[in-house]
Amino acid sequence: METKVVEEVAFNLLKQAVIYLPEDVKKALKKAYAEETSETGKTQLKAILDNIELAEKYKAPVCQDTGTIIFYAKAGAQAKNLDKVEQALINATRRATKEIPLRPNSVDPFTQKNSGDNTGRYIPFIHWEIVQGDALELTVMTKGGGSENVCVTGMLVPGEGINGLKKFVVDAVIKAGAQPCPPNILGVAVGGGADIAMKLAKKALLIPLDQHNPNPEIAKLEEEILEAVNMTGIGPMGLGGKTTVLGVHVDYAFRHPASFPAAVAFNCWAARRASARINSDGSVEYLTHKNVR
Amino acid sequence: MAVYHLKTPISEEEIRKLKVSDVVYITGTIVTARDQAHKRALEYFKEGKALPINLEGLAVFHCGPVVAKEGDKWIAVAAGPTTSTRMDIFEDEFIKNFKVRVVIGKGGMGKKTTDAMAKYGAIYGAFTGGAAILAAKAIKNVKGVEWLDLGTPEALWIFEVEDFGPLAVAIDSHGNNLFMDVQKKVEENKQRIYQKLGLPL
Repeated sequence: METKVVEEVAFNLLKQAVIYLPEDVKKALKKAYAEETSETGKTQLKAILDNIELAEKYKAPVCQDTGTIIFYAKAGAQAKNLDKVEQALINATRRATKEIPLRPNSVDPFTQKNSGDNTGRYIPFIHWEIVQGDALELTVMTKGGGSENVCVTGMLVPGEGINGLKKFVVDAVIKAGAQPCPPNILGVAVGGGADIAMKLAKKALLIPLDQHNPNPEIAKLEEEILEAVNMTGIGPMGLGGKTTVLGVHVDYAFRHPASFPAAVAFNCWAARRASARINSDGSVEYLTHKNVR
Repeated sequence: MAVYHLKTPISEEEIRKLKVSDVVYITGTIVTARDQAHKRALEYFKEGKALPINLEGLAVFHCGPVVAKEGDKWIAVAAGPTTSTRMDIFEDEFIKNFKVRVVIGKGGMGKKTTDAMAKYGAIYGAFTGGAAILAAKAIKNVKGVEWLDLGTPEALWIFEVEDFGPLAVAIDSHGNNLFMDVQKKVEENKQRIYQKLGLPL
């Protein structure tokens, strides 16, 4: 695998992600607009849909907060040059910041200095997973700050079980209110540990909205939570209405007998993600944005 | 729900006409300010130093835009609102000292800001969060930028805008706060949700 190809693909993924929302998200927003009954809520959804169209027309980032850049890399065990992937992703991030452009969103927490190019210690962050084969699958999530600020992890009481989890999610959505730019997408995870639950919750945000959990019990829980949080009345942008959340994805890990870690990751309606697979012969398949160049 | 088109500088009289849920479009000058710019502006005021721009009758916009430079000219590429609650600690003093008439952002603001808006005659206009290109297309010209040392998201960007909106009046100058009204209803709905989920109240 040529590192030049990795850099080029990562650059293209960033561009696809920040400009063009995935089809499933657009479809869900259109449905919400058709079904919303609050007048103010409807104006917000209309502005969102108009904005999505304008972003595509002018090839400009759909939101000015182009997020923190996170890569999920699924590396085939036989893939070559994996040690050079990190640098290629950093290079792509720097180039994307200048050329798309992206807002520089990487700040040193001690000096408050902005690096200016969206890179810095551990940023862009890369989640690695080793899989069979010799291909490299890359997914980028550009994660907005408004929705990140309301993500929560909680160590619940094991005795309360899944009911405790339901309450935790409902309370998190109510507390978040208007802040995460609703309508939102929720990633919910339970088990593992504090860090593992949040990692799974955030990763669940990558699942398309029209895809439900293969476990029917968990799919039912997703549906139940979705219905519950949409009863809050928070509505688009917190101005009231019945569209607060577009979809809920639940994941889990086995837990310690004494622990019941839970996490809720929020994504804003501008749920930006893009994936591609780079094969060992250098050929590239774009997985989420097939019709966009 | 009435629709208003306002031109800056906006008078107190014009502001007093507006009620929550009205829709406003602004033409004229709006200036961005986030956390760091609010902080510095209030420090300047305390020290008796003038701001680089007189904000009287203008709109302050909670926004850290994506900007690009074409030759010597700045272009606003994407410019949606940021979460306003972070500026709640500064906004009452900001309205009082600099006489801004409109605060634009997302997510709403609290009681202190609502009280200041009632007292001094200002409104909060909610711009749809994330609708960055809708905003950028209403920005006809970047008139200037100050305090770039704070970084591009935190600098004061002076925008000339035409029909900038739609802004939902979420806090009016009569003490009404749409976000707080929604929150009250949400608290009531919470009991129904718990019941539906079979959770103890």
